[in-house]
Order: sequence, then structure tokens, then C-alpha cells
Amino acid sequence: MLAALGPNHRHRQDHTMTERLKEINIEVFRYLPEHDDEPHFETYKVPFADNTSVLEGLQYIKDHLDGSLAFRWSCRMAICGSCGKMVNGAPQLSCRTFLRDYYPGKVRIEPLDHFPVERDLIVDQSDFLRKLEGIKPYLHSVKPRAIADGPHHQTPAELAEYEQFSQCINCLLCYAACPQYGLDNEFTGPGVLALLHRYNADSRDAAKAERMQVVNAEQGVWGCTLVGYCSEVCPKGVDPALAVNRNKICSTKDYFLRFLTPRGTRV
Amino acid sequence: MHKRSNEPVFWSLFGAGGVVAALLMPALVFVTGIAGPLGLLGDGALSYERVLGFVGSVFGKLFLILVISLTFWHACHRIYHSSHDLGIRVRRGRLALLFYGFAAFGTVLTVIVVAGIG
Ligand code: SF4
Ligand code: FES
Repeated sequence: MLAALGPNHRHRQDHTMTERLKEINIEVFRYLPEHDDEPHFETYKVPFADNTSVLEGLQYIKDHLDGSLAFRWSCRMAICGSCGKMVNGAPQLSCRTFLRDYYPGKVRIEPLDHFPVERDLIVDQSDFLRKLEGIKPYLHSVKPRAIADGPHHQTPAELAEYEQFSQCINCLLCYAACPQYGLDNEFTGPGVLALLHRYNADSRDAAKAERMQVVNAEQGVWGCTLVGYCSEVCPKGVDPALAVNRNKICSTKDYFLRFLTPRGTRV
Repeated sequence: MHKRSNEPVFWSLFGAGGVVAALLMPALVFVTGIAGPLGLLGDGALSYERVLGFVGSVFGKLFLILVISLTFWHACHRIYHSSHDLGIRVRRGRLALLFYGFAAFGTVLTVIVVAGIG
């Protein structure tokens, strides 16, 4: 049944016309904690068409070659953010990366860099999730609004202040790209700082002072040395490096102006 | 839990030094190192008396002190952070003291030397 809905359907078709399909070698990072002491790589031969994504390649392996392979995915359309992997060493959404682009070479798939591996291609995301929770990633209104108050209008300029940062899908590619996070995962990291900015830059929000404590810390924006690879790998056009740099300026103002303002934390 | 970083102080000096190093320094190198010696600036433009007159003025002194000291802060900050990238993870505090101490020393020395001219 599922096969009719999922990519399996297409693979089954693919199978019947294998002679028309090219084959590519996919080298996959394998680690099953119940019987592996060490991770290792396994290579699978996978038929592919022009529109076969790397994710579909992995699904082919799971459905036809080795059912024990574990990896995350859901939407298959670059929306859910769960299918991030290292593809030939670069962080990618596997549903948005195509096998044709690697042929005739091979594709090497590994779990996202800088995170502990749970099994095969699945990483432990708890560090990111804890940090995300820590910035209170939702709007805090100044005072509760009644329905009668109507919608909270914003000008196009007010929207432009934060819109791109609200596109983040928590895919963690920027974390896998960030050498500073790799060196020291105390660093809050690009994605969370971009989301923090998304709320701080929103004219409807009132929790900036609280989030500035995260920004101002050594592990906040000051853990960044402006490498910029995060912004390059982001599949949603978010520019975390820009968010961080804007907040270095906010934090610097906050640092010096607190001596002038009685409440201290306002920018 | 979130301890405020003192980085804004050093980052501001780094930023100011960056402007000096990227914009003013090349111009100064060109004027004093290339255009002057090649005689492109006209006779006596960089003569001892004229340069002494410039450095002797309050504006000239301030200019020199800023250009030289900010470059110290810029370079030391950059090297300090690069050392982290190169994997030097221990004794960061002492390393910071070393680098920023050097920049501070350079600043003091610059002030003493420049103030004494003229
Ligand atoms: S900022 Fe971009 S790369 Fe980083 S988590 Fe969000 S969507 Fe992914
Ligand atoms: S499967 Fe949802 S982003 Fe790739």
C-alpha cells in the first residue's frame, strides 16, 4: 500500500527498466551500536534516473538492498528539515541533492558533522533543540491582545527586517558547516542565532532584553569568527552569518550603552 | 548562566583597526613608500621638515597614534582568534593576556614615541 504512495513505487518501476537506468555507487556510513564497535562504510550499487535524489538512493538501498539502514526523512521536498546528511563532505538536504550530479563518480553519505551519531546516518540533535528552546523562539507580546484589537499590522519594512530569518527549517546544515561549533559545541551556533534574530528583529516582539543575554555571552555571537560557510550551505536562503554580525553590533551597543541607561539591558 | 562577554571592547578595536588596515594603510604605503620615492608627489612633498611639521602638530600626532595602535589591536585580535582555529584550546585567558597585552604595550610605546617628536 505504502509503496503506491512513496518513492518505492517509482523504484519498482525503475526495476523493470533497469537497462535504461545508469548505476551509481553509493558509499554509506554505517554504525549499528548493537553490533558495531566502530563505524565503517558500505558501498551499494543503485540505479538512478535524472530525477532521483540522494534520499531516494538511500530509500532504494533500504527497500531493496539492506533494510537495516537507518536515516531520517519526511517531506521529500526541502520543507521538514530532517534529511540533512554530509554528501561528499558537504552538508546537504538529501531530498534536494541529485545523484545525477555525482555520476560517474561515487556518492559518499555520512551523518551530519559535529553531532554525536546515534546509528547509521542519524545524529543526536538534543544539543540544538536545547539551545533552540533556550531562546524562546516565539513572539512575546508587550500586552495580551484581545480579538477586538484586530490583527497586528506591520509595514513591509518591518517585515523585511526578519522575514528571511523566519525561513529556517531547523535542518542543522549550518551546524555541520560551522567550524566553530565543531571546535566547541558550547557555541550557540548559526541556526539558533538566526532564529533568535528573527524574533528580536520583529516589531511585535517584546522579549529582546531577555534574548540579549544569550547574544551577549561568549557562547553567543562572540563564538563566531565570521567564516560564513553557514550562509553558503543554508538550503532556505537564510543568512545566519548576517544575523550574527548584526547582533555583534547590537551586543556592542548593549555593552557600552548599559552604562548610560538605568535598566542596563535595553538596546 | 549567560555570562556577558567583554568581547565588544576588543571587537570594536578590531573593527576600527580593520578600517585602518584595509583603507588607510594601503594609501599610506603608497604615498610614503611608492609615490614619494618615485617623485610622483612633487619636490619636497615628503621632505624632513614637512613631515616633522605634520608629526609635530596635534592632528598629526593623533593620526599617527591611532593608525599605529589600532593596527596593533586589529592584528593581535585576529591572531588570538586564529590560534583558537588552529586548535590551541588551553590557557585561552593567558593567551589573551599575551596578545592584548602586546597590543596595549604597542599602544603605550606609540604614544610615548610619537608624543616625544617635534
Ligand atoms: S539557518 Fe538554514 S542551514 Fe541553518 S538550520 Fe536554518 S534552514 Fe538549516
Ligand atoms: S525530507 Fe524533508 S527536507 Fe528533505
